[in-house]
Amino acid sequence: MFTETPLIRRKLRNEFAAKCVFGLMALAMVIPLLVIVGYLFWKAFPLLSWDFLVTNPTNGMRKGGIWSAFLGTLYLVGISLCISAPIGVLAAVYLNEYARENWFTRIINLAVVNLAGVPSIVHALFGLGAFVLFAGMGRSIIAASLTLSIMTLPVIIASTKEALSAVPISFREACWNVGASRWQTIRHIVLPNSISGILTGVILQVSRTAGETAPIMFTGAVFFKKISEGNLFAYNLKDQCMALSMHLYTVTTQVTEAPAALPYAIATVLVVTVLAVNALSIGLRVYLRSRKKW
Amino acid sequence: MAQPNSDMRRRQRWQRLSEPVIETVIRLCGISSIVFVFGIFFFVFREGAGFLFKGLDLSQFLTSTEWYPTSQSNVRYGVLALIAGTFSVTVLAMLIAVPFGLGAAIFVSEFCGGRMKETLKIVIELLAAIPSVVWGFIGLSVMNPLIQDVFHVPVGLNVLNGAILLALMSVPIMVSIGEDSLKAVPDSYREAALALGATRWQLIYRVLIPAAKNGLLAAVLLGVGRAVGETMAVLMATGHAVNIPKSVFDPVRTLTATIAAELGEASAGSDHYQVLFIIGILLFSITFVVNLSADLIVKGIRKK
Repeated sequence: MFTETPLIRRKLRNEFAAKCVFGLMALAMVIPLLVIVGYLFWKAFPLLSWDFLVTNPTNGMRKGGIWSAFLGTLYLVGISLCISAPIGVLAAVYLNEYARENWFTRIINLAVVNLAGVPSIVHALFGLGAFVLFAGMGRSIIAASLTLSIMTLPVIIASTKEALSAVPISFREACWNVGASRWQTIRHIVLPNSISGILTGVILQVSRTAGETAPIMFTGAVFFKKISEGNLFAYNLKDQCMALSMHLYTVTTQVTEAPAALPYAIATVLVVTVLAVNALSIGLRVYLRSRKKW
Repeated sequence: MAQPNSDMRRRQRWQRLSEPVIETVIRLCGISSIVFVFGIFFFVFREGAGFLFKGLDLSQFLTSTEWYPTSQSNVRYGVLALIAGTFSVTVLAMLIAVPFGLGAAIFVSEFCGGRMKETLKIVIELLAAIPSVVWGFIGLSVMNPLIQDVFHVPVGLNVLNGAILLALMSVPIMVSIGEDSLKAVPDSYREAALALGATRWQLIYRVLIPAAKNGLLAAVLLGVGRAVGETMAVLMATGHAVNIPKSVFDPVRTLTATIAAELGEASAGSDHYQVLFIIGILLFSITFVVNLSADLIVKGIRKK
């Protein structure tokens, strides 16, 4: 057995101190999340109800609910993902299955990395210049969705690429050996085996898109718009729409005499939506990883 | 026998026709990101180009602190104060975020095992998911009075407020990239150090940090990139005053916040409107360089 010399005792103490210091640093990130969500929820509690979600804002945003903003966010997220998910997944298929190791592929990879780093407000400028003005779409849901979809594209490419490269190469080789073509291999072997990873990445983007404000401010989101309540198809693609994130910004900075709980309630709905979608994605990942076949 | 044969032949023909089409579509999607990067640069440039080459005094633009885009008599476009705003908030945010982010990365990678590690990584992922407008709102309605009370300053919307928010927003990416680079250090290094009787501190300072320094640097750079480009949080939380800050309690305005706040009011095609697009080009270039260097550093590690 070891005898406990002063040196060993000092080492143990040191070890413990290290663990505490770094642990506290990690804790400094866990606590904000809990405090923020808890605080928002506590402040918003008086206003939260089903009615809040399904009624339009009235009386200059001071009364009523958030229905038009909520539906607008659903539209923006849905349409932008319908555009970016197929392009992103196919781009990742290209990078992982077709592209060779050469300068061209390196440039594509660099472009993906840089696209991911473009500030959201620059995306807004791009959307305004390209879709709203150049393509003549005007400020509309479709222009805002296109802007958002280009913003989410690089992240979808990155996560899909990771999912595709997790499929063992021997699966593909076996498929080629029975005479399948490249696309048949992808369609019947690679995609089915990586669909869980791809879905996780795409779902994660739902939450990111839902929270974005800057890219839609000048491309399609408006201060206020009244739509029919309870109708899921109340917006037209050419319309401008409200969005939860934008609504939170305007209520906080531009609406005077709004009830104190209102911005908290909007923020809570936004955060809960985002975190719920994220949790769904994480849960799916954990579940699917546990029943992986290889 | 004839039936399946003809069926098979039809399928073969269909495949011969469809395969090249699908392959072309995939290739087009593959190069889409290049198209979009150039597209972003082109369209932002296109809107600002007119004024950039005709009328804008570039040396004044970059060195003057006077930003009076809507002045009636003497319009001045100097972005130095805005650059100083972005710079001060980013630097302070990094001073807060780097120790915490890297410390947390070390904790996750070296001190936790199994379940605890998974839980922490999930929490970090969730922290990264909180939208920037919510952070801005927190800065405005929670941090603002808090800073006023704690530091006894008249206004809580200042560099410090924005920096704390940006630190919280950029920590997750630092932790995940930093943890990746620590994981890439071979276990034999750790075992060798521990076998020599090194304490955990010595192991971390003398072995892990030098071995993973490129990855950690890339993690910090990606955090910087995110902080520079962040819009909504700084727009709402930094006080929105154009000046060069002298202390952390001075309000500032950043490049991103200026675009977000003024683009709505500037009429399309006017000088003011075009200047905002030129600021966009400036931002695009800054983040381009930061992200490119981070990427090259990470690639450098993989090659080794």
